[in-house]
Amino acid sequence: MLILTCPCCGIAADETELSPGGEAHLTRHGPGSGDTDFEDYLFNRENARGVHFERWRHAHGCGKWFLAARDTVTMQVFGTYPAQTTEPPQEIRDRITKARPGWRWRDFGAAE
Amino acid sequence: MSEIIAPLNGAAFDGLLRVDALGPQGQITLRGDFAAPAFRDVVTEVAGTAFPEARRVEAAGDRALLWMSPDELMLLLPYEAATTTAADLAQRLSGEHALAVDVSDARAHFRLRGAPLRDVLAKITPADVSPAALPEGELRRTRLAQIAAAVWLTGPQEARLFCFRSVAQYAFDLLSTAAAPGSEVGYFDGR
Ligand SMILES: [Zn+2]
Repeated sequence: MLILTCPCCGIAADETELSPGGEAHLTRHGPGSGDTDFEDYLFNRENARGVHFERWRHAHGCGKWFLAARDTVTMQVFGTYPAQTTEPPQEIRDRITKARPGWRWRDFGAAE
Repeated sequence: MSEIIAPLNGAAFDGLLRVDALGPQGQITLRGDFAAPAFRDVVTEVAGTAFPEARRVEAAGDRALLWMSPDELMLLLPYEAATTTAADLAQRLSGEHALAVDVSDARAHFRLRGAPLRDVLAKITPADVSPAALPEGELRRTRLAQIAAAVWLTGPQEARLFCFRSVAQYAFDLLSTAAAPGSEVGYFDGR
């Protein structure tokens, strides 16, 4: 069972109170973008075995979207943070590095 | 004017808990910027209560102000007063980025009373209903089996629960089943 603390209302919500929203930190490539960028934006997703960043919505609660960092294998939660964040906060990256030295996810990862 | 019928029209159940389907309840949904003094002033003046902190309820007399989300409140008030109060609120908030809508017929309200209150709730919600996580005066929006609902702990052995009107019968049957005599759990007794 996955329990994520919603940063908008502070409730420690059970997975079944939340709606999954797929991968976090996508860059939208819309009209005028190249085919490759648009394809990446539309179709290509990480399928992480380990550290992953996701969007969730507190559907059976305050109704707000937020972001979460967790490990898809162990279900360890590294933290949740506001949806209005374009990349993982340093504090959360530090926490991941402590638990998973050498982690990498898209352009983010532990310092070499 | 047509006769107002509350969802379940006063149904009641006696078991581990007393479950009462409540009569018509005035409800106004309020959206706005909680940091804006104008919004806070208008809302608290009309409600006659303080402005609730996150997840809290401020109640006074027959009115209560419920914190629903970082930008949503619900005002409970007598059914007869809802339409005019919503119009008054909308007018007084007209210069603000805010919304006040009478949704009095949208939800069904229940009162739950009895010592095993937390035990019964724990059977049907994934929410942590321990006194530490759900103290008196707090509102928890959550899931009851298959439906969305909110529980407001109004006292040590009393709660107000509400859900959408369309699932009122489901909620009542669910609560009655969870509070069936002989299904005591005893986990939260004395806690
Ligand atoms: Zn929330």
